[in-house]
Amino acid sequence: MHASVRQAVSVNITPPVTTGASRETAAPAAMRMTISNVNFWYGAKQTLFDINLGIATSKVTALIGPSGCGKSTLLRTLDRMHETVRNARLEGEILLDGKNILAQDVTLLRRRIGMVFQRPNPFPKSIFENVAYGLRINGSKIPIAEAVEKSLRHAALWDEVKDHLHKSAYELSGGQQQRLCIARALAVEPEVLLLDEPCSALDPISTAKIEELLVQLKDLCTIITVTHNMQQAARISDFTAFLLTGQLIEFSPTPQLFTKPSDPRTEAYITGRFG
Amino acid sequence: MATTTTPVPDASPISGSRTFLSRLTDGDEIARAITFVFAASVVLITVLLVLSLWQGSVLARHKFGFSFFVTQVWDPNAGIFGALPFIYGTLVTAIVSLLIAVPLGIGAAIFLAELAPARVSDTLEFFIDLLAAVPSVIYGVLGIFLIVPLMRSYIEPALKKTLGFLPLFQGPAYGIGFLTAGIVLAVMIIPYIISVSREVLLSVPRDQREAALSLGSTRWESTWKVVVPFARTGIMGSIFLALARALGETMAVTMVIGNTPKISASLLASGYSIAAAIANEFNEASSPLHSQALIELGLVLFLLTFILNGLARLLILATSQRGSGMGNA
Amino acid sequence: MNARLRWRKFVSNFMLTMTGVCALVSVAVLFFILGCLVYQGGTSINWDFFTKLPVPVGETGGGMANAIVGTGELLLLATLFGVPIGFFGAIYLAEFSGSTTAFVVRYAADLLNGVPSIVIGIFAYAVAVAPFKHFSTYAGGFALGMMMIPITLRSTEEFLLAVPRTLREGAMALGASKWKTIATVIVPAAYRGILTAVLLAVARVAGETAPLLFTAFGNTYWSRGLKDATASLPAVIYSYALSPYEDWHRQAWAAGLVLLVLVLVINIVARGILSRGISVPRS
Repeated sequence: MHASVRQAVSVNITPPVTTGASRETAAPAAMRMTISNVNFWYGAKQTLFDINLGIATSKVTALIGPSGCGKSTLLRTLDRMHETVRNARLEGEILLDGKNILAQDVTLLRRRIGMVFQRPNPFPKSIFENVAYGLRINGSKIPIAEAVEKSLRHAALWDEVKDHLHKSAYELSGGQQQRLCIARALAVEPEVLLLDEPCSALDPISTAKIEELLVQLKDLCTIITVTHNMQQAARISDFTAFLLTGQLIEFSPTPQLFTKPSDPRTEAYITGRFG
Repeated sequence: MATTTTPVPDASPISGSRTFLSRLTDGDEIARAITFVFAASVVLITVLLVLSLWQGSVLARHKFGFSFFVTQVWDPNAGIFGALPFIYGTLVTAIVSLLIAVPLGIGAAIFLAELAPARVSDTLEFFIDLLAAVPSVIYGVLGIFLIVPLMRSYIEPALKKTLGFLPLFQGPAYGIGFLTAGIVLAVMIIPYIISVSREVLLSVPRDQREAALSLGSTRWESTWKVVVPFARTGIMGSIFLALARALGETMAVTMVIGNTPKISASLLASGYSIAAAIANEFNEASSPLHSQALIELGLVLFLLTFILNGLARLLILATSQRGSGMGNA
Repeated sequence: MNARLRWRKFVSNFMLTMTGVCALVSVAVLFFILGCLVYQGGTSINWDFFTKLPVPVGETGGGMANAIVGTGELLLLATLFGVPIGFFGAIYLAEFSGSTTAFVVRYAADLLNGVPSIVIGIFAYAVAVAPFKHFSTYAGGFALGMMMIPITLRSTEEFLLAVPRTLREGAMALGASKWKTIATVIVPAAYRGILTAVLLAVARVAGETAPLLFTAFGNTYWSRGLKDATASLPAVIYSYALSPYEDWHRQAWAAGLVLLVLVLVINIVARGILSRGISVPRS
């Protein structure tokens, strides 16, 4: 029976209780999101078991684990994307700034929580219109062209596309398309950005660019990323959660999880004995 | 036991050389040959069909040449055969039917593919497939006995009163004619538009819709601003397919179009379509030239539907290729 | 929730309703058609309808026995002609052919499928009526059979290709030759889909009138054999509906109801067979 990470009401993250490992407390940071007692079923099959997790504001949190462990499933509950699938059922609470997202209006919620997908998926529109999409439907306080430029700069793509804004998004390379998707998500100024293995379809150079980007972006918004690449998690994240067959095995500040994991399963995974 | 010209150790499937006799008695080769004959006969029938249309209209084609398409007069007695009234009627009724059927059909397809819960969608789709199976002569019967009186007594007079200043809605309202035929055709092609458009919409990659939703779109916004534009070429394809169907439709149109080989600006007037003309006149053709002119009409119809169907297939294919990043917006 | 969002949500719900209405209206048409036919023609369906021949114009009574039998004969002939070509042709495509031949055959089938039925009628006339100088049931069967070929071919091919590789490999590993594998393993595994395809093809041509106008033509009496012209349900509906006689109109409604019920029942049965799953056990 593993120890699930229980959240203190607001401030600190505590490592697993059962072990005597040194408790490294993070610098006091507000919890942007709190996941409490989340269980998830797909049809009759339960795929997430009693997840408890706190996401620190303006930090990068990584979700790692072998294929099928439920990390993507968990990520997708955070912006209620699981509701687009029939037979998906969620129990538990997910709080954003203290309020349960399951009780809020989903359209409003999704403006505050953005998502970037595994394969780049730009719309069949121009580069400009892709980024402008969210602004056009939600309204924008600043002129759209300005907002688009701002987002493209944040996504480190502006210089490469500024003279080609009206070309089709499909003319970009894979890495550029993914940065475009990041810009598109950033345009609506989300508080949290979810990324589902954003680099898995990309070459190493594009991957490096995006990793650099994510570290810079945490000043703008809280970042939660799923990755099957442990080294990536070790490079860019502040906190790492390790999941296995739908359960949260360990959740710690990244340096600690990778150098002194508390759970033997975590250690087995990160040393490559399975997964 | 077979006499061999070259020594062959055994007729194993791996070795390339087989004796003629052993191949002849080999079940697989026989099966291949027999089934090939059947497959080839499909090609043969199609080729023969095209040839027979081409040959069967040779007199008319040589006599009239290009003027066949632009002559307004169709007078079997005088030996003058101009296809323009039929082409006009075919196109007008098809356009009217599209104007009605496309908004309805695409709206329904959007509902079934994007917005409706799965059970509702499956049930409705079942009934729509059944609707596509209704024979055209039955639409014709309903056309004659229900729609024509309705048009004559209520709808056409109303149109004349409100829109009668347009040449489209002038002239006597008999109930039969271009408009009625267009309406009957519209009902007939709606199921095709719905089925194909629905499939095309369902083939749009999930993460397009999810990306739109993740940016805070409402369901309609994600459907209308992202999914439908993504599927736009395929939807065009479904419209072309329905159009091809409308062009070739014979019985229902024949029963309500009025069978008058004249071109009129008014939709309330009687007209004729290519298929209707062939249906009505072929058996009583008064001369070989008459028959051949009718066969030439058939050839025209064949070519029109052939081109449209071909285009439609390309468009639908183009949409399904898009998701893999192969196409450009 | 601000006003803009409220508006957007309103639009979303409104469009959901509107598109739902489009779908419902489309489906309602089916029931409307059925309802009309039942209402107008239901009362005319009686024993006479199925057993008597048409009576001369002006007299009332009589039935459509010859048209019903005629339709049956035409469908039988069409199936005997069209299904083997489609079926065996599909076996060639799925099991033996190279990709260029396959492309050509499929293209020809799709082309044939798109040919307007009146044009099929012209072709059938040229091949099966003109040389013999009379209309016949054979010619009608030929025309309808041609229309069945593409449907049978494409569907059968699809279902044959859907049979899992493991089944084929299992049979061949036991030493079965290719044709034995096809006959004893693959075709039986796909039989549900193939049967469905054949039924749907039959339903499709059962209602076709245009190809019969120049081939089977019509007959006010029993046809004297397959070499003779024959009445058929769709053709009779067509001519009765266009006639000026009230009694014939009544009979046209009734015949329409019978034809529609026939076509719908075949369709529903066919889809029912298919929905029970392809008859291959999931591994």
